[in-house]
Amino acid sequence: MASREAIRRWFDNRFALDKVQALAEHKTVPSHRFSVIYYFGGMTLFFFAVQVTTGILLMLYYRPSAENAFSSVEFLMTTVPFGWLVRSIHSWSANLMVFTAWIHLVTVYFSKAYRPPREGTWITGCLLFFITMAFGFSGYLLPWNQLAFFATKVGTEIAGVVPVIGEWTVRFLRNGDRVTGATLSRFYGFHVAVLPAITTMLLGIHLALVQLHGMSVPPVAAEESSRRKPMKFVPHFALRDMFGWLLALAVLAALAALFPWDLGQKADPFAPAYADIKPEWYFMFMFQTLKKVPGGHIFGIEYEVFPIVLFGLAGLVLLIVPFLDRGLVRKGKSPGFTVVGIAALVFIVGMTAWGYRSWAPVGIVLGVLALMGLFAFLVRHKEGAAGTEEVEE
Amino acid sequence: MAANASTRRRFVNWLLGISSVLLGSRILYPIARFLTPPERAEAATNQVEAGPINDPAFLEKGFKVVSFGAEPVIVIRVGAEEFRAFSATCTHLSCIVEYKKSKELIWCNCHNGQYNLKGQVVGGPPPAPLTPYTVHLVSESPALPKTVVVSKKA
Repeated sequence: MASREAIRRWFDNRFALDKVQALAEHKTVPSHRFSVIYYFGGMTLFFFAVQVTTGILLMLYYRPSAENAFSSVEFLMTTVPFGWLVRSIHSWSANLMVFTAWIHLVTVYFSKAYRPPREGTWITGCLLFFITMAFGFSGYLLPWNQLAFFATKVGTEIAGVVPVIGEWTVRFLRNGDRVTGATLSRFYGFHVAVLPAITTMLLGIHLALVQLHGMSVPPVAAEESSRRKPMKFVPHFALRDMFGWLLALAVLAALAALFPWDLGQKADPFAPAYADIKPEWYFMFMFQTLKKVPGGHIFGIEYEVFPIVLFGLAGLVLLIVPFLDRGLVRKGKSPGFTVVGIAALVFIVGMTAWGYRSWAPVGIVLGVLALMGLFAFLVRHKEGAAGTEEVEE
Repeated sequence: MAANASTRRRFVNWLLGISSVLLGSRILYPIARFLTPPERAEAATNQVEAGPINDPAFLEKGFKVVSFGAEPVIVIRVGAEEFRAFSATCTHLSCIVEYKKSKELIWCNCHNGQYNLKGQVVGGPPPAPLTPYTVHLVSESPALPKTVVVSKKA
């Protein structure tokens, strides 16, 4: 049938389909023993897509005011068909997204993928990571329950300790001097408009840069990767990617259905805080550090200022690490940065475990490493297998 | 051998397609159900008080719109102790009607629908008359003005 070819040509003339297809056909992914690290960015993106979808669904019932927020979420969970499921998926997917973003960050850091020319990819990635935290923090307040209320009170209070701009930041975040319905309006605006807009922009740049530069090969696997044929993205890597997403969806659905997120009690600004109140797990290491700093001051500066400023500086160092790690450019390796990274990880996991007074966080990290190993085995790039030999040089 | 491989490939592709469709429908079904607004129970209302017969609204404008549950009802003062009540929702496109004392007409400002004091259409686009409500004047004490009480027509 000539008409079919005519339709194809019509679309190709307008949308350059042939070019897109050629691009997809030529895209490859390096094959080596650490190839599993290439899957976690995509998995984070998958959870982000889940967040966008369920977030839009929640917006259709949610009412952002101190009077109505709690009851609208209650209505959603008790009366709307599958409302409990949608909210539960949104909460669990948020946590899993933070988790896979952590894995992505850690694997990219240790594989030194931030080295030239990928500084831009690293910086946009770091900013996206910080924004993910901001998403978590702002979304936490929206159900307007007791836990959310105190988390926001304490969280915004911390910003006040920062020298010079602290006081202004607190008022800016809270939309006033206290956490009130005005704070809720502001956090809602951040959560559903400001942060998504910034994310869309950064994510666009991040993904475009990944396409532009291709996947980075860790220096330790450079020799192996040059020996082996890379895997074609379409269909071999893409199918593996989707297999990973399917597993992610299965874990998400199981968690959301078996452990539905609870609602707690409506926020009461005059009720005392719970005993043993804790932040979300991804803020735990900072929270625990702050708790362990004694009161007092030196040269008129409160002790608690130091860890907060140090965490801020650590974030900044993380952001500009491609420009600090000069040894990597000159000698092709930088063991110092690996050691610092391991120390930071040990500190974060250790502080989290201490905060929970439990070895569970360590167990979870080990469990995740084991799962990553299993996943790496399932999606391994076999030498000489279908995926790797079809590449035309 | 080649034919064998191609049928196997076709079978696997078919399996993948079916699985994708099933997975997709399992995601879309809850979303479709979620999007359908659940029934919200409305409190059943049988009668409401529209205020005393000398309410300034009755004396000055000659009418008052009161809420009968979720339904707006227009109460019109026709004489010193004569009141009538109708659904205030215009039967044309659901605007809220008012009473034009000078013309003795119930008037809808949206598209100039006109009803007489029996609720019947006398002009404009409305396709049906306004639903009438029953009005009682209740006297709680001889010293106080009577109260206008609106109830559903039996």
